[in-house]
Amino acid sequence: MANNNKKRHFVQLLSSIAVNGNFKGFFNGRIYTGKTKKICVPILNCYSCPGALGACPIGSLQAVIGSIKYNISYYVLGFMSLIGVMFGRLVCGWLCPFGFIQDLLYKIPTKFKLTVSKKANNILKYLKYAVFIIFVLILPMTLRDQFGMSDPYFCKYICPAGTLEAGIPLTLLNKSLRSAIGFLFNWKVLLLITIVILSISVYRVFCRYICPLGAFYSLFNSISFYKIKVDKDKCINCNACTNNCKMNIEVYKKPNSAECIRCGDCIKSCPTGAIKSGIFIDNERFKTKKVNSYNAKLGKSSNS
Amino acid sequence: MKNIIRNIIFIASIGLIFFGGFRGEIGTVFNKAANICLECIGIG
Ligand code: SF4
Ligand code: SF4
Ligand code: SF4
Repeated sequence: MANNNKKRHFVQLLSSIAVNGNFKGFFNGRIYTGKTKKICVPILNCYSCPGALGACPIGSLQAVIGSIKYNISYYVLGFMSLIGVMFGRLVCGWLCPFGFIQDLLYKIPTKFKLTVSKKANNILKYLKYAVFIIFVLILPMTLRDQFGMSDPYFCKYICPAGTLEAGIPLTLLNKSLRSAIGFLFNWKVLLLITIVILSISVYRVFCRYICPLGAFYSLFNSISFYKIKVDKDKCINCNACTNNCKMNIEVYKKPNSAECIRCGDCIKSCPTGAIKSGIFIDNERFKTKKVNSYNAKLGKSSNS
Repeated sequence: MKNIIRNIIFIASIGLIFFGGFRGEIGTVFNKAANICLECIGIG
């Protein structure tokens, strides 16, 4: 499993660099203005980050909704649905820089690693849907100024990715922006610090309870082309998968849970190779190598 | 059933992307993304 995480973190690192490849922005304090900014990236990566080469879908959705011309964005919702229906939350586990940062924060050793109780988790997990509906859709659609435009309320009052990736670097690099800092900036920094501290103790706290993009993708986990499948014939109910899932999912019962970020830890931890993931895995026969070796360890014949 | 829903959403999402592009939404996204967003950085 350590190997799986190494591989995953390497992919996350590559993805974070690839979507933030405008390196000179980090020196001159300017954002990229090239044509790729028309295209959404599939993850929560702020378009005002000096390195960003693409557009954040959640920011873009609010921008289109809040413009004079439109009150919904088919382009962004279509893009998000396409990613969701193809991969579900696979992008959360493998590509998103803000997810990667939370993974790294959780590696900091502390005595206070918290497991959120099942009861609390079952309530808190709905918060992210409320954030999506209220801050990304309803407020930008309804709270408009006299010109018919509205603010991106999630970006303005909540998004810690915007503060970390754009707010902090740009105010450090740009004197005029620094001079405009006020209450709102301090509020957003306070929120960011809270999420950073919580992320050291609670795995992926922002992804689990707040992120509107994760909320949207989670709706597709059960139907997406990419799937996780448990072979009931091979599963010996040992619970190794569930014990190794940091998102507290009972994998053998609900392998495509809305909360699953498809990190693959459960797959690597299964002693019989009963869990598999991929696109079009429905009709594929699982390999028997792992189950045979497990049975051999127990002194059984694999055919018994 | 799930497969049918999935295929419909897959096709519909591609349709939505083109429809949104046809309406000119991509220009709005570009205008927002190519300028510093004061709300994102917390001073807007
Ligand atoms: S502030 Fe957050 S939601 Fe808004 S554009 Fe930046 S990353 Fe996206
Ligand atoms: S839930 Fe949001 S922040 Fe977390 S990995 Fe997914 S897109 Fe990124
Ligand atoms: S169910 Fe498996 S793939 Fe999903 S989050 Fe848990 S360990 Fe990761």
